[in-house]
Amino acid sequence: METVSRSRCRTSRYFPWLSSPLGALGVGTAREPKRITPVTIQCMDSNDTVSCEQIGVLHKRFKQLSHNEDTLRREHFNAIHDLAWNPIRAQIIEAFFDRRNLIPPGEGSMEEIHLEEFLVVMSHFKPPSLSMTDEERDSVRREKLRFLFNMHDTDNDGTITLEEYRHVVEELLSRSGHIGKETAVSIADAAMLEVAGISMGHMEPDEFYEGITFEHFLKLLNSFEIEAKMNVRFLNMNASTVCY
Amino acid sequence: MDPYLRRPRDVLLLLCAVSNVLHGCAGEIPPQATPGAGAGRVTLLPPIKPDGPQAYPEPAKDNLPVFTMDYPRIQIPFEITLWVLLASFAKIGFHVYNKITVWVPESCLLISIGLIVGAIMHSVNEEPPAVLTGNVFFLYMLPPIVLDSGYFMPTGPFFENIGTVLWFAVAGTLWNSVGIGMSLFAICQMEALGVQDINLQENLLFAAIISAVDPVAVLSVFEDASVNEQLYIVAFGECLFNDAVTVVLYNMFNFVAEMPAVEPADVFLGVARFFVVGLGGMAFGALFGFVAAFTTRFTSKVREIEPLFIFMYSYLAYLVAELFALSSIMAIVTCAVTMKYYVEENVSQRSCTTIRHVVKMLGSISETLIFFFLGVVTVTTEHEWNWGFILFTLLFAFLWRGLGVLLLTQIINPFRTIPFNLKDQFGLAYGGLRGAISFALAFTLPVNIGRKQLFVTATIAVIIFTVFLQGISIRPLIEYINVRRTNRNLDTINAEIHCRLMEHTIAGMEDVCGQWSRFYWKDKFMKFNSGILRRILIRDNRAESSIVALYKKLELQSAMEILDTLSGDVSAAPSLVYLQEEKKGPAKPKQKLLAADLRSMRDILAKNMYKIRQRTTSYTSKHALPNDSRTKEILIRRHSSIRRSLRPGSFQTTVVPKSHKYFSLPAGKNLDLNLPPVRHIHTDDHETMSESSFPARRPRFAPPSRSSSSRAGLPLRRLDTLEEVPSVDILDERRPRRGQSATRSSSVEPRRHADPTEKEKEDNADPPDDPTRNPLLRRPQWKPKK
Repeated sequence: METVSRSRCRTSRYFPWLSSPLGALGVGTAREPKRITPVTIQCMDSNDTVSCEQIGVLHKRFKQLSHNEDTLRREHFNAIHDLAWNPIRAQIIEAFFDRRNLIPPGEGSMEEIHLEEFLVVMSHFKPPSLSMTDEERDSVRREKLRFLFNMHDTDNDGTITLEEYRHVVEELLSRSGHIGKETAVSIADAAMLEVAGISMGHMEPDEFYEGITFEHFLKLLNSFEIEAKMNVRFLNMNASTVCY
Repeated sequence: MDPYLRRPRDVLLLLCAVSNVLHGCAGEIPPQATPGAGAGRVTLLPPIKPDGPQAYPEPAKDNLPVFTMDYPRIQIPFEITLWVLLASFAKIGFHVYNKITVWVPESCLLISIGLIVGAIMHSVNEEPPAVLTGNVFFLYMLPPIVLDSGYFMPTGPFFENIGTVLWFAVAGTLWNSVGIGMSLFAICQMEALGVQDINLQENLLFAAIISAVDPVAVLSVFEDASVNEQLYIVAFGECLFNDAVTVVLYNMFNFVAEMPAVEPADVFLGVARFFVVGLGGMAFGALFGFVAAFTTRFTSKVREIEPLFIFMYSYLAYLVAELFALSSIMAIVTCAVTMKYYVEENVSQRSCTTIRHVVKMLGSISETLIFFFLGVVTVTTEHEWNWGFILFTLLFAFLWRGLGVLLLTQIINPFRTIPFNLKDQFGLAYGGLRGAISFALAFTLPVNIGRKQLFVTATIAVIIFTVFLQGISIRPLIEYINVRRTNRNLDTINAEIHCRLMEHTIAGMEDVCGQWSRFYWKDKFMKFNSGILRRILIRDNRAESSIVALYKKLELQSAMEILDTLSGDVSAAPSLVYLQEEKKGPAKPKQKLLAADLRSMRDILAKNMYKIRQRTTSYTSKHALPNDSRTKEILIRRHSSIRRSLRPGSFQTTVVPKSHKYFSLPAGKNLDLNLPPVRHIHTDDHETMSESSFPARRPRFAPPSRSSSSRAGLPLRRLDTLEEVPSVDILDERRPRRGQSATRSSSVEPRRHADPTEKEKEDNADPPDDPTRNPLLRRPQWKPKK
């Protein structure tokens, strides 16, 4: 019995949507005595953004990727064929192993991830629900932006430095053919200048601009409706269409 | 003040034009020579003098006529010209006083003017010109309207929502047509109405006509209120494609209405035909679009006729589709969408402007004419007014539209990432105004439809009702219920970078989950596009990421401005050289820029600017060209930041403590501690002169009224403060910047004769090349001081 309650705790910690009133109802019926597999969690109300079915879909995919093991390692991700073309492949893969993206954010990176971590990372991409208050929207927004921010901030010092920014821009442009490294560098520079310009208003006279902090990052992408854009449809799809 | 003063004059012009239309050329022809407008050949005799000594006219046959008139010969084009002029004057008229067009849609005003003109014509028993026949409408009036919509369609959002758009356009229109048609048919069975002779086919035909939604007025409201992108694009796409659906349905029902009996097989044939017509039209459109793009690859030597290709190919697509009785609207829209991207890269900037203007102009004038004509026809034709039928039509049109939107959103919502909420649905349903297409279709009904007059009357009633009532009330309503909004001003490099980053991340996540969506297809298409299509269709193909594109445009704009300073005021040039020589010692010799180089550079720069415009201002109202003021403003801002970065130590002034002083400029403080004081001696007079040119330049880039000020605050504040502080400080402040701009521009100059692409590259590569010039490379400034 103890395992059950422990896993319940972990689940609701990792799945923020489970802590909603509707979700809490559902979790209570989890009976699996061994390591939690969210597939067995009773479904929540279908209006919620993540249903049991969708977790099941992701579970299936997890198994497929890990070749039926319990954990995913980097080489599993590296083996994904479609991902190979993605210019920021390295960052995406790293994001899965980054403890900062877990719900109680940790530090450092992991060597292998379990299904929970996989799902938590995925949960950053759930579409916003239709009836969201402004505060909810804001927190969703922060969460999604935090995810992007973490992708930039590789050394985890809370700021995106010019080097880090340059690196990302270079990666982004690396698949675009004729664009040289200099262009990428100068674009990153210009972008950084822009950041300085935008966040200037809040700077104290004695402050130096050391890099983009998360607050500046929020401000920078103020008008960018990430909560409406950064989402993946998988959480809304049927198993039959998702898995091949 | 001014608008009020100008108003009477416009009215006068209008009246003048009206009287011209009414009486042919009454001003020129003496009364006895004009028995009527179409009276045959009129020859005026040469020696007529009003009060001359001659008591009787000479026999005219022998003499050579000195002054003759042949009105019938020019009658048709003449009257068309006058009509177009009159409609255009009307448009000028209401834009003189801006507030009218904010609250009352333009179509309302046009119809009103049409009603007035119609009333005048009616009172003098004048017939409206028989311009609007079926052929004229379908062959000449419709193509420009559709080309306009297709060419200025915001492609990105459109393809993101293509499923919903098509769903609403096709299923929605079918739903409306069938629903309204059936219920009207049921109503017609009531004896009290006295319209039992209208059979089902005719009812369906009529229903198809009035289910064509034309939310032009609504779109401009949506745009002003910046409602969310999804809602906007669905309304836009719906109005674009339901024209096509309506015309297909119209043709189909028109055909069916003449058949004595309809068999079940005909229904299936009808459905099959529906798809053949739609897809066939698209195929022809895409074909002609690619051919057009391919053609413009070779037009670099014949710039004058470049725009012509665009119009001819679009029209050809339209006509060929019409030839095979396919959906010509689909053909021309597909053609425009396909070729736009490639053509605008191939043609010169001027041709690009020309194309855009002409497309807009033709579309706008066609539509204006139709609305105007609607007003005239409303008054001048015989009506068959049947209260019951018309009221029921209104009711059903409203009802089925609302029901349709509700039902269709319920079906489509589960498939959408961001579902439509009730407010969106209301906006969509209430935005269902009927417009020009409906009227034109009704007016061109074949005469063998028994109740044509009733149909025309009912259509006009529906149009006037929806356009006036809904069109006027939708703006307050949308603002009242507070529909979800989208901020569309995303023109910073950071936003672009993060947008791309996010898209790639999502694509990656989807790959990880093993499922494909539009990002997957977008990636695939982009690959195909840059790999094959661009190579074939575009002259000098250089694959470009959108980030690079945006960056380059901004860079080039700043370069252009620097160039402006250089070529704009000659007085500035020497001082700039001085500054440069002083600072750098062995300076490069200043070269005079050749006029041709300047021109070609400007061309490159301007064309490149255009691309930003194309990318960002996809939302255009039907009657206005994309507004570039916003882009320009962003460029100013960018420019100022680049300029700041160009001057050594400049970044310090903006970031380090000094920046504070820089912005507020307390009197008496010298900001240029790091600049050699000797410069004052050399440059004082030049500086004043060049400084005097500054205000002249400023209005060109004067920041327009802005919607969001948060990001654009920087340059503006700077301008403001600069104007307030004493002039000495301005000079002190400006000197280093100008000096640096000189350094930069003259160092770039000698290379300007090179290939433009090379120049661009060099421009981009410049900052990192020279560490002294690029403050960003000096690490300490970016690191916290510990």
